Amino acid sequence: MSIVTSQVDAGTAAAGLTTRRRGLGFIRILLSNGKATVGAVLLLIFCFVAAFPGVFTDDDPRADAYDRSMGLSSHHLLGTTAYGQDLWAQVIYGTRQSLVIAAVAGALATAISVIVGVAAGYLAGVADNVLSLLIDVFLVIPTFPLIIVIAAYKKSSLTVLIAVLVLTGWSYGARQMRVQTMSLRNRDFLQAARARGERRLYVIVVEVLPTMTSLIVAQFLGAALYSVLAAAGLQFIGLGDPNALSWGTILYFAENNEALQTNQYAWAVAPGVCIALLGAAFALLNYAFDEVSNPALRPVRRRGRRGVAGS
Amino acid sequence: MALLEVDDLSVSYATSSGEVVAVDHVDLHVEPNEFVGVVGESGCGKSTLLFGIAQLLSSPARITGGSVRFKGRDLVSLSSRELRAQRWRDFSVVMQSAMNALNPVKSIGAQFIDAVKAHEQMPKARIRERSAEMLRLVGIDPVHLKSYPHQLSGGMRQRAMIAMALLFTPDLVIMDEPTSALDVVAQRSLMAQISELQDALGFAVVFVTHDMSLVSHYSDRLVVMYAGQTVEVGDTRDVFDSPQHPYSQGLLDAFPSIRGPKTTLTGIPGAPPDLALPPPGCRFAPRCPMVMDKCHTIEPELYRAGSALARCLLYDGEAK
Amino acid sequence: MRFVLRRAGFFLLTLWSAMTLNFVIPRLMPGDPAEAIFARYKGRVSPTVVKALEAQFGIHNNKNIVLQYFDYLANTLRGRFGISTYYFPNPVSKEIATALPWTVMLVGITTLLAFLLGTLIGTVSAWRRGGALDSILPPVFVVTSAIPYFWVAMVFVLVFAVSLSWFPTAFGYTPGITIEPSMHFFLNAIDHAILPAVTILITSIGGWILTMRNNMITTLAEDYVRMGRAKGLTSRRVMFDYAARNAILPNLTGFAMSMGFVISGAILVEYVFSYPGIGFMLLQAVSGEDFPLMQALFLLITVAVLVAVLLADIVTALLDPRTRQNA
Repeated sequence: MSIVTSQVDAGTAAAGLTTRRRGLGFIRILLSNGKATVGAVLLLIFCFVAAFPGVFTDDDPRADAYDRSMGLSSHHLLGTTAYGQDLWAQVIYGTRQSLVIAAVAGALATAISVIVGVAAGYLAGVADNVLSLLIDVFLVIPTFPLIIVIAAYKKSSLTVLIAVLVLTGWSYGARQMRVQTMSLRNRDFLQAARARGERRLYVIVVEVLPTMTSLIVAQFLGAALYSVLAAAGLQFIGLGDPNALSWGTILYFAENNEALQTNQYAWAVAPGVCIALLGAAFALLNYAFDEVSNPALRPVRRRGRRGVAGS
Repeated sequence: MALLEVDDLSVSYATSSGEVVAVDHVDLHVEPNEFVGVVGESGCGKSTLLFGIAQLLSSPARITGGSVRFKGRDLVSLSSRELRAQRWRDFSVVMQSAMNALNPVKSIGAQFIDAVKAHEQMPKARIRERSAEMLRLVGIDPVHLKSYPHQLSGGMRQRAMIAMALLFTPDLVIMDEPTSALDVVAQRSLMAQISELQDALGFAVVFVTHDMSLVSHYSDRLVVMYAGQTVEVGDTRDVFDSPQHPYSQGLLDAFPSIRGPKTTLTGIPGAPPDLALPPPGCRFAPRCPMVMDKCHTIEPELYRAGSALARCLLYDGEAK
Repeated sequence: MRFVLRRAGFFLLTLWSAMTLNFVIPRLMPGDPAEAIFARYKGRVSPTVVKALEAQFGIHNNKNIVLQYFDYLANTLRGRFGISTYYFPNPVSKEIATALPWTVMLVGITTLLAFLLGTLIGTVSAWRRGGALDSILPPVFVVTSAIPYFWVAMVFVLVFAVSLSWFPTAFGYTPGITIEPSMHFFLNAIDHAILPAVTILITSIGGWILTMRNNMITTLAEDYVRMGRAKGLTSRRVMFDYAARNAILPNLTGFAMSMGFVISGAILVEYVFSYPGIGFMLLQAVSGEDFPLMQALFLLITVAVLVAVLLADIVTALLDPRTRQNA
């Protein structure tokens, strides 16, 4: 269920990152790499749906206004649930929460992982030992059971869900950041900055971080992916807020109403497809950024076929 | 018949912007026991040439033309099995950085064993004996057969690689900048060692480097490369003392002489051409202090220039 | 030696953190879950059991919280996890013992299989770069590893169990048959295990293939691989002995690291299939508010992950002489 694709030796990765990549570089990456393009397009579609759900459906997703468990039809593109709600509307409106969870939890987790990881890698010595230990402990403690245990004691709201996702998702990225920072620590440009007498914080923020932008972006995408899947899983087993409208909660109700056994296929399948697509969008973008950090991973061209776009 | 006859060899890389010709119709002949130095700056194609000769190119690089005849057989046309049989027994390779060229998870001894077992059925004890013998030859205590690469110093690693290369006392050893990763003292020591070994065991050496002055103490002949082409070929003394090609002259002017009079050091202004779009005519023309009008339109061949060969229109009119 | 000590230290620290979390979380949450359980127990148990629970949860206990903490630690280390409220009056350890073998069999075997197969496929696919397979597979696997385990499980149930009726829809064995070490039971169990196993295998293998492939590609560019070729070794030898042996090292660390994901996936799969393993039991415990059982399971899972990490470390140290150096 995870993307654990890149455990590339940070040294090699660092070698490809000495040039600073700024905004325009990202656009170039997106356009030239097939995977990135698909992922970005998917993501944009979801963002659009989340922002303007009214464009896609007229129905109120919460209104149990219709006949129950109807099949697919032109009035109800995905049929209705056992409660008489329009499924298509539910899926459309559910996009917003799923996307918000992914973005917020992903961003917060990435922020923490950058702070802790870079600090550990750059400061070295005792600070590093302490922070690394912290990272390792958080990394190893099984997150899902922990989330379950926490959620069991406190019925969860969206904030708790996000908080828990952040707490359990930051450690993986922190490790990567630390390794990367350590390999950069003795590079010449940093020595030069220190020789100029720059303060440590300045060196970190102005010199180190910009070289790691692709890595940070990749971390964010990974964290977002993790959040999407973990949130869906939690909501599915009933630990989310049942009143929230999110794909995971739709699946929760589907499972509780034995959708599979009673031929209400769309109810069980549709939200899952959406989760998978959003997850895939993050995963594809993540993979594309891995390829950027490590040029060796890029697709090898077959002989004699020039100009084939990287897939 | 020369030991190694490279004729008209060309190697290209397939890149997203098209084919880049890294080695452009290069000839190279090596006699038995000869020491040939191949010099040039970074990016001139000398390492690619070496790997092309040793059939060690990896995609996206590939040989696009020419032949590499070793003891009369064209290596390019051999089947992979026949090629593998010849490897290491008849010709071996020493690479630039032994830290990267030695498998970090296997002991030195194990890597020696690998090399032997790929070609011969020899009992382990005998292999160990032979390995120990080779290590002693390069001045390393055989106890290090049990060591791992990261436990040896840079110089030791490099010598271990050379010992490994000589396991079957091949006829040809190809070396790709083996001294570049070492400090100056270790460099000299290594070169002296190679020369001794050559005298003792008898093998030819093709030595690629950017350090012309280092190699010229030991080489019999020098080949100077620029932008994928050979630009001067001749006996070391001739090329070193009186270089004919303007590029070789520039290279030698850039090296200070420790004993001679103080001269102003001059580099060669400009930069080597982008091999994806080589300039028309002579590739060195944009930087050449003796450039003529026709240099921009006519591509020079290798012409006889004194006792050497030079790819320069200054010497055309003389038959090759 | 220092290496072993550091790892042991890490092990103990994590264990301690997990136990402390178990202690702290219920006491931090608003409301008093301890009171809730207690209320449920009253009238059903003997006074000695009541006392034991009180001690465990620190209810009506005038002891200083620090002392309570040490009591708790002592109890846990001695394996006294208390009595399950959901499966009352069985002790927690007994319940766990019934569920554990199911999970070990299902999750343990499939995860190991996925790792080994995935690594192998990744190795081979990196070796044969540039082919059509190599262009298609990575994006495909990237996508499949983003699909939630439980949804795949649901789809499988839909297709293979409900529609096609090839496999049973749920449980570890047909309810009602006798549990005994007989061929009949064994086959029945396997029949029930196939769909969950395939689910886990298919969803997790993608990640392994991709990681190994990426590591291999980086490794194949190394000079020592070229040297292997130069020495005249067969392709197979170079691929496995020179390239894969180096490429797999980061993968092993990754294996341990990803245990967390493996477990979460397993829990959900067990849930969908109502498979009687510890994942399913954990969820039952949560919905049944069986806190002693929940805490014990959490601890157990943490220990399992730690053991996996330790094992991965040992294997890495065996394979990579450099780690033995950098104690």
